[in-house]
Amino acid sequence: MAYSEQVIDHYENPRNVGKMNDQDDNIGTGMVGAPACGDVMRLQIKVSDDGIIEDAKFKTYGCGSAIASSSLVTEWVKGMTLDQAQELKNTRIAEELALPPVKIHCSVLAEDAIKAAVADYKEKQAKK
Amino acid sequence: MMDISQNYFEFLALPVTYQLDLQALAERSRELQKTLHPDRFSHLSDRERRLSVQYTAYLNEAVSTLKKPLSRAQYLLKLEGLDTFSETQQQLAPMFLMQQMELRESLEDVVGATDSEAELEALRMAVERELLSLREQFDAYYQQSTPSAFEAAAVCVRKMQFFDKLGREIEALEDQLFDE
Repeated sequence: MAYSEQVIDHYENPRNVGKMNDQDDNIGTGMVGAPACGDVMRLQIKVSDDGIIEDAKFKTYGCGSAIASSSLVTEWVKGMTLDQAQELKNTRIAEELALPPVKIHCSVLAEDAIKAAVADYKEKQAKK
Repeated sequence: MMDISQNYFEFLALPVTYQLDLQALAERSRELQKTLHPDRFSHLSDRERRLSVQYTAYLNEAVSTLKKPLSRAQYLLKLEGLDTFSETQQQLAPMFLMQQMELRESLEDVVGATDSEAELEALRMAVERELLSLREQFDAYYQQSTPSAFEAAAVCVRKMQFFDKLGREIEALEDQLFDE
């Protein structure tokens, strides 16, 4: 299948690949997976005291579209508030990357990952 | 007479079970293939020949699905109304996903390791053990035959899918690294 230029760009030069310490209180970690293709995605956010996402990292084992979707999300969420990040829609990701219908689920996976990361951060804060 | 409205097990006249006798599967498949051989149909009408092509396709589909432990498990669940063949969005336990992430990271590290062949072999064995244990768990749940047990069996199937993918990646890396 032909990938769009945007997907190839993110695939060849993924932004923000890496890992942050998930024990830190200001880090939220989202882990998601897609059984049908066996893809695993980890997306982490670092949140400032005033609730702004300062940094984001990801690691994805999966196809080009899954890597590109998570790479794009880490770029987008930097500077966002938690609420803004939580409202990120997979349709925007799919549109930006020009994903074909069979790859839409990769953008859904990335949306789930950022939601899970925000939820994880909030849970940590609530426990404090 | 063959009937493609039958499920794969019925079509092959085999018992509906996860512990499928693979030898019986191979034998039944050979027998049916013989009766379906296109040469035997050369004197038949177009309609009958079309049917024979349909039967052959169904037979191939049935055999390839039932042969592999993962797709056999998925097919059994599908007969119970649970379709795990193409689901993409499913909540999985964070601990499980964490383990999958770590296993894939170890696989990445193998490439630069001093004894990559031994490490790759160890990973392959670990994946094989997990798959064996998941198959046993699946079968135990499947045999309980209750809606909640089928759901638990579906969770096993989802986990198998991740290990299956990992196993294929290990094989691909093995080929790439050692089969010059």
